[in-house]
Amino acid sequence: MTRYSRRTLLKGSAAFAGAAAIGFPAISYGQSEKIKIGHLTPLTGFLGALGAYAQLGIRMAEEEINQAGGVMGRQLDITSEDSVNPATAATKAQRMLDQDGALVLMGEINSASALTIMQVAERNKKLFMQIGARSDALRGKNCNKYTFHVDIPSTVMVNAVGKALVRDNMMKDKKFYTLTADYIFGHDLGRAAKAFFSANGGNLIGDELVATDVTDFSPYLLKIRQAKPDIVCSNLAGNQVTNLIKQYAEFGLPYPIVGFNLNTADAWAAGDGNLSGTWPTVWYHTSEVPSSKTFVTNFTKKYGKPPENHAWIEYVSLKMMAQAMNETKSTDTTKLIGYFEKETQFDILKARKAHFRSWDHQLMQEAYPFTVKAKGQAKDKWDMLVLGGAIPAANESLESIALTKEQNPCSM
Amino acid sequence: MQFGFLLEQVVNGLVLGGYYLLIALGLSLIFSVGGVVNLAHGAFYALGAYASVEITRYLGFGPAMVLSPIAVGMLGILFERFILRRFYSADPILSLLVTFGLAMVAEQAIRIVWGAAPLSASIPQVFRGSVIVGDFLFSRYRLLILAVVALVLLAIWLLLHKTSFGRVVRAGIQRPDMVAALGIRLQPYMTAIVMLGVGMAAMGGAFFAPITIVHPAMGAEIITVAFVVVVIGGLGSFWGVVIAAMLVGVVRGITIHFVPAAGEASIYVLMFLILLVRPRGLLGERIEKFE
Repeated sequence: MTRYSRRTLLKGSAAFAGAAAIGFPAISYGQSEKIKIGHLTPLTGFLGALGAYAQLGIRMAEEEINQAGGVMGRQLDITSEDSVNPATAATKAQRMLDQDGALVLMGEINSASALTIMQVAERNKKLFMQIGARSDALRGKNCNKYTFHVDIPSTVMVNAVGKALVRDNMMKDKKFYTLTADYIFGHDLGRAAKAFFSANGGNLIGDELVATDVTDFSPYLLKIRQAKPDIVCSNLAGNQVTNLIKQYAEFGLPYPIVGFNLNTADAWAAGDGNLSGTWPTVWYHTSEVPSSKTFVTNFTKKYGKPPENHAWIEYVSLKMMAQAMNETKSTDTTKLIGYFEKETQFDILKARKAHFRSWDHQLMQEAYPFTVKAKGQAKDKWDMLVLGGAIPAANESLESIALTKEQNPCSM
Repeated sequence: MQFGFLLEQVVNGLVLGGYYLLIALGLSLIFSVGGVVNLAHGAFYALGAYASVEITRYLGFGPAMVLSPIAVGMLGILFERFILRRFYSADPILSLLVTFGLAMVAEQAIRIVWGAAPLSASIPQVFRGSVIVGDFLFSRYRLLILAVVALVLLAIWLLLHKTSFGRVVRAGIQRPDMVAALGIRLQPYMTAIVMLGVGMAAMGGAFFAPITIVHPAMGAEIITVAFVVVVIGGLGSFWGVVIAAMLVGVVRGITIHFVPAAGEASIYVLMFLILLVRPRGLLGERIEKFE
């Protein structure tokens, strides 16, 4: 074993430090200081409005964490980009890992783009916290060891609204007509809806696939009128939902309308008096939970408008990621996966804590059905929804609304 | 009964065609007279929608439907005077590039001013709901749009065919060199055409804001359909564009009746088939400068 004198060691260290300071300060700073995170979310296209909120949410969490001293004393550095489409999303994810030095990937709302990023994560053996895409298939037959899913999946949304419909006598022997978004998420939601109808005595008399770029729904509305259903049900996504709601109100069809997917931004854009029926949500800014209220106050002060559910979910997701890195004192993929798979409990600003289920990496959390406030009862233009009680109820297990092992073909 | 349902889709398609027409007619006029494919046309549609939402907030629905197209039409004058004018005799690829760039700048500008989240807009109470005529269901609001489109169409037709202004414009489409030889400068006419064209697009945006989502990318969504209508109709033909708009609306409606998932693809198939049979479009005239 070679022994170095203290003097040699000091000289050597000084030389390295000097060279680092003069020669390549930026590189050494980047490597030892900041924790880089690659963030992708759609900023254009039919989910662009949601992605804009997602960015605000993750930015706010980043600032809060960095102001409080960062993670393990290192600052977080989030690179956030428009994921555009599934192919571009995969290319960008690969580039973030290869060239930008991202240690983990986060984000996404579009289920098709989330799927391609999941493949990139698996190939590169890097962690991907898939925040906002809701297709069952992502945590089902397409699941992989490197991906964790935060938002509620299609089946949970269907169960949240479906249970409310059963309670209101709007399910058994009723004729349903559904409109379904023609991509992976819509197909999944449609499948979950059909399963719920047949299990609870609902009668599906028509189901139409609708392309994601449809702006005019009038031909579909005519078909609905011809079919004379008892209830119209939306399995649409993003801008589609807003367009349908606006034109449904325009035509004034007499059948009640409900839906298994709606984001708050789509509801806000629907226009005064146009929205009705029962819909699901993962979170809403009028939640009475104290920590949630603090978040809403801070967000509103910072951005001048209340947070949408995608802002909330990105905010709590980065907080969960930071907690995992702090507790494991590591950014190592295997260690982080191990931490989440332990089913660690996380505070996500809801009454109940949440945890990632170890066998399919799905975050187990409460969901809510909501209805719409009567005209004139809203305090402001953001305050238009009435949040129903959390599903499942406090005395029921979170598993009761989730996919069971038999229903979910996930194997890692 | 099946036939009745189909007929209802056909009639609805005609109504929808009226809306496509508002956007496509201006695009076609600018194309025919200036030889410029205005890819920024959708941006004016979006601006019309945003302006109408803002004006509705202060002055109400009626004034917004009038003022928004006028305001955007004024913007069109600046657009023609300072940008478009430089590209009439240039390589067409240059005007494509500049209007495409402008469309992107406009979309981002909307995002900066109004934010990425969609704006909320509703139909005034009087025009809500639908009327049933015989077996057919019509949205009251769309009937209003149809009436407005019919009026605009009549006005434009009269302008082009019964006034000296229209004679110069029509001559300018066919033989700009002859018009110049007669000592008539086409530039002021072009300014007026662009103002009218983008004003109509803005009117489309204003009327559709209450029934479609108002968001920054709405212009990019409409420009493709408008372009398809212009191509199917043929250049330089007023009635070609009118027929094409109705045809696109009807074909889409019928396709959705039978194969809903193919609704949006059907209009491109239609364009493909028509171009196979009539490369200049349905009523396209032989225009020397484009041959």
